[in-house]
Amino acid sequence: MTDTALLIKDVDKFYGPVDYGVHAVKKLNMDVRKGEIIALLGSSGCGKTSTLRMIAGFEAVSRGTISLAGRPVQTLPPVRRNVAMAFEGYSLYPPLTVRENIAFALKASKLSQAVVDEKVAGIAKLLEIEDVLGRYPSSISGGQQQRASLGRALIRDANLHLLDEPMGQLEPQLRALLRGRIKHFIKERGLTAILVTHDQTEANALADRIAVMEGGVLQQFDTPQKIKERPANLFTGTFVGEPPMNVFEASVTGSESKMAFGLKDGVRLEYAASDFSHAVRDELIKRQKVVLGIRPYSVRRSADGVTGRVAVNQWLGDQTHIAADFAGGTLVLVEHDRTELDDGQPIGIHLDPSSLHVFDGDSGRAISHGQELA
Amino acid sequence: MDTMSPLERTLRGLALTLVVVFFMFPIFWIFLMSFQTNETILAIPPSIVFSPTLSNYAALITGKLQTAAGTLDIAFMSNLGNSIFLSVASVAVSLVLGVPAAYAFARHKFRGSEDIAFTLLSFRFAPPLLVLLPLTQYFQWLGLSNTYLGLIWVYQLICLPLILWIVRGYFEDISADVEYAYRIAGHSWFATFRKIALPLAGPGIAAAGLLAFIFAWNNFVFALVLASADKQPVTVGALAFVTSSGIQYGQIAAAIVLSVTPTLALALYAQRYLVEGLSLGAVKG
Repeated sequence: MTDTALLIKDVDKFYGPVDYGVHAVKKLNMDVRKGEIIALLGSSGCGKTSTLRMIAGFEAVSRGTISLAGRPVQTLPPVRRNVAMAFEGYSLYPPLTVRENIAFALKASKLSQAVVDEKVAGIAKLLEIEDVLGRYPSSISGGQQQRASLGRALIRDANLHLLDEPMGQLEPQLRALLRGRIKHFIKERGLTAILVTHDQTEANALADRIAVMEGGVLQQFDTPQKIKERPANLFTGTFVGEPPMNVFEASVTGSESKMAFGLKDGVRLEYAASDFSHAVRDELIKRQKVVLGIRPYSVRRSADGVTGRVAVNQWLGDQTHIAADFAGGTLVLVEHDRTELDDGQPIGIHLDPSSLHVFDGDSGRAISHGQELA
Repeated sequence: MDTMSPLERTLRGLALTLVVVFFMFPIFWIFLMSFQTNETILAIPPSIVFSPTLSNYAALITGKLQTAAGTLDIAFMSNLGNSIFLSVASVAVSLVLGVPAAYAFARHKFRGSEDIAFTLLSFRFAPPLLVLLPLTQYFQWLGLSNTYLGLIWVYQLICLPLILWIVRGYFEDISADVEYAYRIAGHSWFATFRKIALPLAGPGIAAAGLLAFIFAWNNFVFALVLASADKQPVTVGALAFVTSSGIQYGQIAAAIVLSVTPTLALALYAQRYLVEGLSLGAVKG
């Protein structure tokens, strides 16, 4: 197990008394391999920052264990954990210049001045802050402070790098550029990093695996591709993906030759039984209520499809987003050409069975993705 | 500001002058009085033209007060020494106790922390006279009445809550993440307190210390009841100028000038820290 950088086992976090306070993180289990980049993705208050702070040692672990490189650390102070962290609020030392702030992180490592200078210059070049190295934090912009803070974390040679919303304040072009550079930097040095973000583009671009959290519970921990193609539950399905997945409650009826889903407003989706595997069919028919999900990119228009009415038609410069009134709700579809459709115009909608995600109507757990069982 | 009309400017200047005269005139008058004899002070109408004398200062410094009834010993210089010693020592003790406590209250929410902090503040609610009666008794039992130690202890009622609450606010204004960043870079909790929290809150601590010093310096009633002549500060010592043969206004004025000087000097010196302390909030992050 020497290649496990971080192991989180049955960790609970309560703010206030254990079992009675606010339950911020619920029975979290997670393992991170050496050299991996992990993104903790979730909306605010989902427990991702609490998790990061427990790993760093700024928040006490209410229950469970956290091990770094095979060593339990949950009771150790931050100084003895050998982790580096970039803070969302930058947290630069006001009396020091940007250069001193970054070099400061290396003080404990007792490197020679020449090596420190070289490292600082390298990281400053990477993050495009060479021109502000001599200035004080209070006199530079938020984005520059954020990069300085990121540099202070990345320059260290730690067991684990924790990055809390590391690029939230940067302009979009710079963010895209730095994402690539930072990923390369981390991979090249074989560092292990955990990134907290609410930006799924950032998570997808940087992370080897994404941990989706909601309400203090880890919803799914998998590669970006798996999370997109095989969401474990309704939350992950609708949270990850832009524009979000379309979902409709449905009842299932099936026979030897047909599968049918009854949606609201009397809309019926009928498929040949062969569109689904036997195993999927058996699972679906067992259930009274399911939720159908389909990504906007997978929805097709076709003349013999089910009718919907155009509510909004937007050309975004490179793709068209069409929102249609469909089965008592709204269905969004994305097309890559500019589509001329008037509001209120009827369109035929085809939901391909191979792109359908089916979730349990009660628990929200995924039942099937296309032909395959979840 | 540059769009102000001449009329506005004149009115503003006038208002400022009025305020300055209102506050500065008593000080100016006392300053003049300190160079006059009782006769010229009590002359009617008062005049600002007089032949200045240093006799008041001479009397204070030599400790011999000439009155119509004869020579009186006054201990003004030792009172001044007492004031300086008591105030400095009280503020020093308060800083040593109060600053770490303020840090704890600002950073750690432990059971009852708010209650303890509030209790300390509540020392300032009680009228001093209410506290004094039981204190006098306790101090007699403990052998603390008329000792420097006892006075410094009682002065904590004045200084400690002040320092605790002001400094706590300054610590709370420092982002906790700055300290976390320092700790995660491989430093202990105590090193973080010394190297990050203390310097960043420094101006605030200086301001609180100065304020506490002024309050301690100006205290009258604790020392009046709990100290006898040889431990008394100037505030109580000034009572000696009310003699059987009349009130020695000239000496009182000179005593005031002398006793205001240390606090004034300290305030002028600490002013730049106060300004720095106020502008600390402008630092982002």
